[in-house]
Amino acid sequence: MGTFYTVHFWLFSALAIVSALAMVTRRNPVAAALWLVNVMFALAALYVMLGADFLGAAQVLVYAGAIMVVFVFVVMLLNLGENDVKEQRSMGVAVAASVTACLLAAELLYMIRSQPISSAALTTVDGDALSPIANSLFTDNLVAFEVTSVLLLVAVIGAVVLAKRGKVANVVRS
Amino acid sequence: MPISSSSAALVWLVPALPFLGFVVNGLLSLLPAWRGEQAVEASAGRRTLVSVVGVGVMLLALALSIWLFTSLIGVTVPVTGSLGQWMAAGSFSVDWALSVDHLSILMMLVITGVGSLIHIYSIGYMADDAGFARYFAYLNLFVGFMLILVMGANLPVLFVGWEGVGLASYLLIGFWFGDSANATAGKKAFVVNRIGDFGLLLAMFMLFTNMGTLDFATIAREHAALSTPLVTTICLFMFLGCAGKSAQLPLYVWLPDAMAGPTPVSALIHAATMVTAGVYLIVRNATLFASAPVACLVIVLVGALTALWAALVGLKQWDIKKVLAYSTVSQLGYMCMAVGAGAYTAGMFHLVTHAFFKALLFLGAGAVIHSMHHALHETHRHDDAQDMRNMGGLMRRMPVTGALMWIATLAIAGIPPLAGFFSKDAILSAVAERALESPLAESSLGPIPGRVVLWFAYGVAVLTAFLTAIYMTRLMRYTFHGPFRSGDAVESHVHDSPWLLRGPLIVLGLLTVVGGWLQLPAILPLGPTAVLDTWLAPVSGSAATLLTGTGHLSHETEYVLIGIAIAVAVAGIAFAFIRLKPSSLTTKDAAPPETGIGLVLANDYFVDTGITRGITGPIVAGSRKVLWRGLDLGLINGVLVQGTAQAIRIVSSVASRAQVGFAGTYVWAIALGAIAVIAAFTFQAVG
Amino acid sequence: MIREALYVSAILFSIGVLGVLTRRNALILFMCVELMLNAVNLSFIALSRLHGVSGQVFVLFVMTVAAAEAAVGLAIVISVFRHYRTVDLGRIRLLRG
Repeated sequence: MGTFYTVHFWLFSALAIVSALAMVTRRNPVAAALWLVNVMFALAALYVMLGADFLGAAQVLVYAGAIMVVFVFVVMLLNLGENDVKEQRSMGVAVAASVTACLLAAELLYMIRSQPISSAALTTVDGDALSPIANSLFTDNLVAFEVTSVLLLVAVIGAVVLAKRGKVANVVRS
Repeated sequence: MPISSSSAALVWLVPALPFLGFVVNGLLSLLPAWRGEQAVEASAGRRTLVSVVGVGVMLLALALSIWLFTSLIGVTVPVTGSLGQWMAAGSFSVDWALSVDHLSILMMLVITGVGSLIHIYSIGYMADDAGFARYFAYLNLFVGFMLILVMGANLPVLFVGWEGVGLASYLLIGFWFGDSANATAGKKAFVVNRIGDFGLLLAMFMLFTNMGTLDFATIAREHAALSTPLVTTICLFMFLGCAGKSAQLPLYVWLPDAMAGPTPVSALIHAATMVTAGVYLIVRNATLFASAPVACLVIVLVGALTALWAALVGLKQWDIKKVLAYSTVSQLGYMCMAVGAGAYTAGMFHLVTHAFFKALLFLGAGAVIHSMHHALHETHRHDDAQDMRNMGGLMRRMPVTGALMWIATLAIAGIPPLAGFFSKDAILSAVAERALESPLAESSLGPIPGRVVLWFAYGVAVLTAFLTAIYMTRLMRYTFHGPFRSGDAVESHVHDSPWLLRGPLIVLGLLTVVGGWLQLPAILPLGPTAVLDTWLAPVSGSAATLLTGTGHLSHETEYVLIGIAIAVAVAGIAFAFIRLKPSSLTTKDAAPPETGIGLVLANDYFVDTGITRGITGPIVAGSRKVLWRGLDLGLINGVLVQGTAQAIRIVSSVASRAQVGFAGTYVWAIALGAIAVIAAFTFQAVG
Repeated sequence: MIREALYVSAILFSIGVLGVLTRRNALILFMCVELMLNAVNLSFIALSRLHGVSGQVFVLFVMTVAAAEAAVGLAIVISVFRHYRTVDLGRIRLLRG
């Protein structure tokens, strides 16, 4: 891999990380959603650089284009303002959470570092990124594929029922 | 008519008859008409039925006993009867076995004979009591158990009878349990007896551990293998049992209280039979006791002290029955003294004669109380019918009863030729004989030589004889002579008892007169001598020789001893006549309170108060404060039960705080848990 | 390259955890969970270079399920919002023990 590749790899990685940090610190949910979209774009680029072209495209189309749109829809629907939720102001919690997250990161990094990854076993990246996926999907993982379709159907029905006004929404007030 | 030496049916029939009476009368007493608040005196017809059953079984048992007696004359093999095995554990085995030998048949005749007379007496005495059937049921129950006691061929069967008579005694003392004082007296008797039973049980355990058997015959044969200290311990524990049953120091306290029961009960149980069970036990195990001289000396000492102790108290009692109760304790002391000194025949002789004259005294006192009660009832007075100070000059109104009671009084004082003289003299002579020269005198009780103990006992016995004569004469003078102190109205209602009550008294009087013939001393040419001695020889002869040695008293010494006995008796009676003045007495309500020594004696040395303050009081207080409040309520209830519940409550309330319902906390938990697990994997993989 | 990708994935995942621990707004919390899912997707794809195409197939499934989950989850949020008039998780404590 050339320097072009390396530079851009680190560029997109940095973009993803910075956007993620920005996302978790926004008060406004719309802003947070947009930062998440940014993360997804950066990740899509990384997917492509790792040889998963189709998935990079799918990421942009499905994740950033559909799921995040639904998120923003809901935020707009609930008409939440910036001051609606009283966030944790105490320093203690923030510090503790940071420590925990750092601890987790350190553990995971250590674990990854101690695993041997031989570069000789790398599969070659040929131009066709789609057919292997399609092959596997319709032969080895056919049942999972069909089940996923049913899952989507169930999710649609569930979402419609849950969000309906009326008897379903009668929950005992605490 | 000879009987085969082993006939279970015949032998078991003797106690079975009274038990049958108990069952029938017991069932009758459960009839509705005889129970409850509105139970009234039963109709004459019902009473006849109960009487016939109750007395009938007694007379049948007496007949059977006489038949067994005749078949034992000239035969030394006992008649035995076994109903089969009772307990078996390894090599140890106990049968339901009764054995009738010379000693048991003597006791059986006394029990069924005197018992029958008392049953007949009771028909008249308890005629207007609502518990008529219950009374006869309990009385029969008592006789049944007493027979089992004296007929038992081994210690467990004897113990069944022992406990049974204790039960019957409790039931009969507290017969009129409507008054809680009577029930308390019954309880007291039972509890004090229990202490004695504990001793007997320990003796049984020790015998079992060391000899592997509890059969009397086997024990008598084979106890020589045991060491003397062991035998002494066993005998002392057995004597503890006797002390409970036969009211020796310090377990005599129940007997005066037992007078709360009906008078015939006092006559039968607390004069003639149950209290003699302890003496019987010692004689039954004569060979065992004879090989433990130390234990024998202890028994002699305790017997002598008991005799003196009780006689002193009897001097200052005003209730007729109480005087007789303390007199019984005193005479039992004599019996124990005798059997302790190895004079088993003398002891049994006194047992038999005492049964005669003490029963006579009690039944006579019952007749007096019965008449006084009626007289007071009819004149609507509520004085104490049992207090001597309310009586006086009753000889004028109740001559037959009075005369018979005088015969008994002379007997107990020891005036010849009545039975009491011969038996008391036998005891005194025996003790003196052993004090002069015997293996028993050679042994010692700790640092005290046996001789000293025996002479001390002799001296105490003579003094007690003097006191006995005094208090009995005092009783007779205050009750039957002098002015009547409760007023003419009452006196006109006093009359002698019906023949149903007088008949048994006359029979007993006769027996008191001729009873001496059982064991006439050899030096007085009055008739056949040492009848009882010969009769009991198979059972206790060898044992007696062990303690007596082979020496004999010289004739002079014997005359001197007899002379002392008579002199003391006469002196006592004379003293009572001279010093006591019936005319200076006032009725119970008007009497001045006792002072000084009189107060101490009248209250039985305040022994009861002492026991309450010293023993039962602390035990009850300790139980209440420590065991109940501290242990039961505090520890078991508070800490263990409530405490556990409280601890669970606390733990659960703390633990339930984890269910915050706030998702954020749960996330924290997940995150930290995940970190921990990953760390475990990482470091495990690496390390 | 794979190792570096895995590093990035780990860091992104940790940032997601940080967000989940800190935020009380239900919607933003949900978004942090999506971030974690994405980080995992990156891992899968990086490792599929070593182990074959099934990693990428799995990523496809993850995306599908994430979509379904987002739909249902947001429907729940809407439903809860209708009752509590807020999405503040600190105020929604029905499961409190």
